[in-house]
Amino acid sequence: MAKDIFICCLLSCTLLFFWVPDTVHGQENLKRATFIPQWSPQAQFAGYFVAFEKGFYKKQGIILNILPGGPNRPSLDLLDKGEADFATAWLSAAIQKSSQGIKLVNVGQIIQRSALMLIAKKASGIYRPEDINGRKVGIWSADFQLQPLAFLKKYNLKAIIVPQSYSINLFLRDGVDVASAMWYNEYHTILNAGLNPDELTTFFFYEHGLNFPEDGIYTLESTLKKDPELVRAFVNASIEGWLYAFAHPDEALDIALKYMSGANIPANRVHQKWMLDRMKDLVLPENDKSPPMGTLTESDFIRVCNVLKENGIIGKMPVFNTFYVNFTGHVKK
Amino acid sequence: MLRNKGIAFKLVLLFTLSSTCIFTLIFGYNYYVSRQTIERGIGENSKNLILASTNKIEAALAAAQKIPENISYFLENSSYNETELYRLLYTVVKKNPEIYGAAIAFEPYVFKKDVEFFAPCFFKEEGGISFKHLDKKYNYFLLDWYQIPKELQHPEWTEPYFDESRGILMCSYGVPFYKKTGDRRLLAGVIVIDISVESLREIVSSIKILKTGYGFLISKNGTYVTHPMKDVIMNETIFSIAEARNKKSLREIGRKMIKGESSLTPFMADSILTGKKCWMTHVPIKSNGWSLAILFPQDELMEDIVKLNKMVIFLGITGIFLLAMAVVYIARSITGPLRAMAQATQGIGAGNLDIEMPVVTSGDEVGKLTEAFGYMKASLKAYIEQLTETTALKERMESELKVAHDIQMSILPKMFPPFPDRREFDIYAMIQPAKEVGGDFYDFFQIDHDHLCFVMADVSGKGIPASLFMAVTKTLIKAKAAVGLTPDRIVSRVNEELCVGNDNNMFVTVFCAILDVRTGEMEYTNGGHNPPLIIRKTGEVSVLKSTGGIVVGVIDDAKYTVDKLTLEPGDSIYLFTDGVNEAMNKNNELFSDKRLEQGIIRLKEKSIKEIIDGIMGEIELFAQDTPQSDDITMMVIQYRGNVKEG
Repeated sequence: MAKDIFICCLLSCTLLFFWVPDTVHGQENLKRATFIPQWSPQAQFAGYFVAFEKGFYKKQGIILNILPGGPNRPSLDLLDKGEADFATAWLSAAIQKSSQGIKLVNVGQIIQRSALMLIAKKASGIYRPEDINGRKVGIWSADFQLQPLAFLKKYNLKAIIVPQSYSINLFLRDGVDVASAMWYNEYHTILNAGLNPDELTTFFFYEHGLNFPEDGIYTLESTLKKDPELVRAFVNASIEGWLYAFAHPDEALDIALKYMSGANIPANRVHQKWMLDRMKDLVLPENDKSPPMGTLTESDFIRVCNVLKENGIIGKMPVFNTFYVNFTGHVKK
Repeated sequence: MLRNKGIAFKLVLLFTLSSTCIFTLIFGYNYYVSRQTIERGIGENSKNLILASTNKIEAALAAAQKIPENISYFLENSSYNETELYRLLYTVVKKNPEIYGAAIAFEPYVFKKDVEFFAPCFFKEEGGISFKHLDKKYNYFLLDWYQIPKELQHPEWTEPYFDESRGILMCSYGVPFYKKTGDRRLLAGVIVIDISVESLREIVSSIKILKTGYGFLISKNGTYVTHPMKDVIMNETIFSIAEARNKKSLREIGRKMIKGESSLTPFMADSILTGKKCWMTHVPIKSNGWSLAILFPQDELMEDIVKLNKMVIFLGITGIFLLAMAVVYIARSITGPLRAMAQATQGIGAGNLDIEMPVVTSGDEVGKLTEAFGYMKASLKAYIEQLTETTALKERMESELKVAHDIQMSILPKMFPPFPDRREFDIYAMIQPAKEVGGDFYDFFQIDHDHLCFVMADVSGKGIPASLFMAVTKTLIKAKAAVGLTPDRIVSRVNEELCVGNDNNMFVTVFCAILDVRTGEMEYTNGGHNPPLIIRKTGEVSVLKSTGGIVVGVIDDAKYTVDKLTLEPGDSIYLFTDGVNEAMNKNNELFSDKRLEQGIIRLKEKSIKEIIDGIMGEIELFAQDTPQSDDITMMVIQYRGNVKEG
C-alpha cells in the first residue's frame, strides 16, 4: 500500500516535472527518435509501450518510432549501426559491446535485479547446487551463459551442458535435469504447463552473489553529445511509462497484448500479467538498499565486469563514469 | 396450541403434512432413481464416445508414426547415398497425403565429415513438393523435434504449432536413428515428419453434445489443441485458464490429464465455455501424450427430468391442495352437524329440554349420534318429569313424617318437672329419634296420689310402623294401669292386647315400674328391656336385677313377674333404651354398658338433668360424626322421700 502511494506520488512529481518542458516544446519542436527493445514485444517492455501509447514521449517532444525486436534483430547491433537511437539491453551484453570499442552509454538502468535463474524438478532429486553435479543442464547461448557458468564454477560443479533453445519443452519432457529460465517468463510457462511451484527447485542468481542487473536503456555516446536533452526526455518518458504501467496494470496489459498481437506473437494474458507483476518486483525491488529507479550502481557494474573478465569475455573494463550517465537524478526513490 | 383448534383444522393440517411427506418421499426417490439412470447413461455414452474418438486419433497417429520409424530401420540397417535419401523423402511426402513435410537431419559431420548441418527436407507447398536443406541459419540442433528425441533417445511428438505459411496446426514426430561403430551405437540424427493435426481436431470438434457439451484436446504441456473457444487454442493452457479464472480444481484436472491419467467415470467440473456444471471424462492419447476430455452439460442432460420434476411438483402441489379442499369439505360435513349438536346440547345442558335437535340427513356416525342425542333428550325430559313427581311425593311424605314426629313427640310428657307440686320425686327424660319418627317411648303418670307409674319401652323396627306400635303400646299401658294393679299385671294385659291381630309380628320391650312415693318401695317388671341402673345416694351404682320377662306383643300367654326394690331418699333410677349402650362410632364399636356405667358413676353427684345431658354428651363425643342408627331415650327418676310439705 505504502509503495503504491509512493508510486502515485512519484508519478505526480514526474508529471509535474514534465509539464514545464511540454509547454516549452511546441509541436514544431518535436524530434524524431527510434527505439528498439532487445526482444519481441511482451510485458517485459510494457513501460515503453505504455509511454508511447499514453503520449509521454510526445509530451517530452519526441516522435518515437518503436522497432520490433527479436532474436534475429540484436538491439545493440541496430544501435551501433545507427538504425536505432535508443535500445534496451542487458548490462552484461552492453559491457561486452563497450569493451569491443562500441561507444555506447547506459542512460538508465531499468531492471535492478537479475531475473535469470536455474530450475530443476524436485522429482529429479535436485534440491541444492551440489545436486546438479553430473546432471544435464540446459543453458542458453551468449549473455545468458555468463551467470550459469559462473554459478557452476562458484560451486565447483561438473555438469553436462545442453544448449537450450527458446522452448522449455526439453526440460518439461525430462530431456535435461536443469533448465535456464527467466523468472518473469519461462518459470511461469513451466507453472502453466502443469508443474506446481512446490515441485520445483529454483536457483535465483541474485541470491547466489551473481546479481547482474538486466534491462537498461542505451544510446550512443555521439547521440548523447549531440542532443543530451533528447536523451533526458526519452529516459524520463520511459520511466514515466513504467510507473504508469505499474499503477495501471490492466491498461498496461491491454497495451502489451496489442503489441504482441501486432507482431503475430501468441499472447496469453495471464502470462503477461505474471510478467508485468515480476517486472515491478525487478524494477522497483522492495529493498531499502536498492538504488533509485533507473540508477546503475558502480558496485553492480564492477561485479558484472569482474565476472565477464574472469570468463575472458572482456579484456579491459570500461570506465564506469563514461559507461553510465545518470539521467534520472530528479527521480527520487 | 393444536389442542384448541377445530377438527377441520387438525384434519387439514395433519392430512396436508402427511401427504406432503409422502409426496416428497416419492418425488425424492423418483428423482434419485431417474438421476442415477441418466448418470449411468452418461457414463456409458461418455465412455463409448471418448474411447471411439481416442481410437480414431490413435489410429491416425500410429499410421503417421510408422513412416519415420520404417525410415529409421532402413537407415540403421542399409547403406544409402544422398540420392537415395532424397528419393526416399520425396516418396514419403508424395505418397502420404497426411504428411506435409519430412526431413532426415544428421548430427554434425556424420553424413559428410566436413558438413556440420546436413538435413534434406521435402515439404508440400502450393500444390507441389519443394525441397530445401535445413542449414546453419535454421540451426535444427536446438529445435524440439530434434533435441527432444535426441536427448531422450526415443521417438517423440512435439508440441503442436501453427504453420503460418499454411495457416494450419501442425505437429512433428522425431525418430532418432543410430549408427553402429563397432560395439558403440552413436546417434546419427533424427528423422522428422510434419503432419497436420487438423484431422484430429476435426474428430474432436465433431463431438457435440446437446447444445453446449463438447470435447477438447490438450497437448502434453496442457495447451489447448482444440476447444469451442477459438481464442484459447494454442494461446492458453488448461493451467493458464485455471490461473486466470482462479479455478484450482481445473488445475488439478489438468495435472491428471497431462500425467496420462484417465477418468472414464464421469465427475463434476465447470465448463470454461459456459461456466456451468458438467460431467467430465478424460482419456490420454498414448501415442503423443495428449489428452482428450469430454464435457456433458449437466443442466441440459437434466433438462427433461427437471421439466418432468417441475410438472410432478406442480401436479403434486395441486393434488395436495385439491385433497386438502376435499378434506375441508368432508370435515365441514362432519363438524357442521356436530357444531349444531354442540349448540343444542349446550341448550340442553342449560336446562332447555325443548330445544330443537339438528335435522338428521345422513345415516353415518354423526347421524346416529344426533339420533342418540335426540333420544337422550327425550329420555332425560321424561326422567326429569318423573323425578319431579317423585320429589313432590317425597316432599309430601317428609312433611307428613314431620307431622307424625310432632304428634309422636307430643304424646310424650315434655314438661319438666312434670309434677311441680310433688316434692317426693323428680323426673327428667329425653328422647332423640334416629329418624323422623321412632319406636322408643317413655311415660310416667300418677296412678293415684301415692303411686307413680313410669315406663321405658322400645318397639322393634323403626319408622312409621314402629311409631304407630309405640303409640298403641303407650296408650294401652296407660289405659291398663289401674289402681291396685302391679306392673306385671299391667304388662300382661298389654301383651294380651298387643298379641291380638299382631300380624306383622311387631314387639316391644317394656320396663314398667310403680313407685310408692311414700315409702320408696318400687314394684317393677321387665319385658325384655335393658335393665335400668340404680344410683344410690351413697354413690353406689348397680344394675337392677332382671325379672326375666320376654318381649311384649309376641306370645299372648307370656308370663311376667314382679320384683321389688326400695329406694332410699336421694336414690335415683336411670332408665334407657338400647340406643344408648349400642350407640356406634365410625369403627363400629359400641358405646357399651361399661362406658354407660362409668358415665353414670362420673355423673352420680349431678342433678338428674345434668346426668342425662352428660350421658348424651358422652355419646355424641363417642359417636363423633357417625350417623345415629337407633333412637336414644333416657329417663331418670329421683326419689326424694316423704318430704313434709311446707
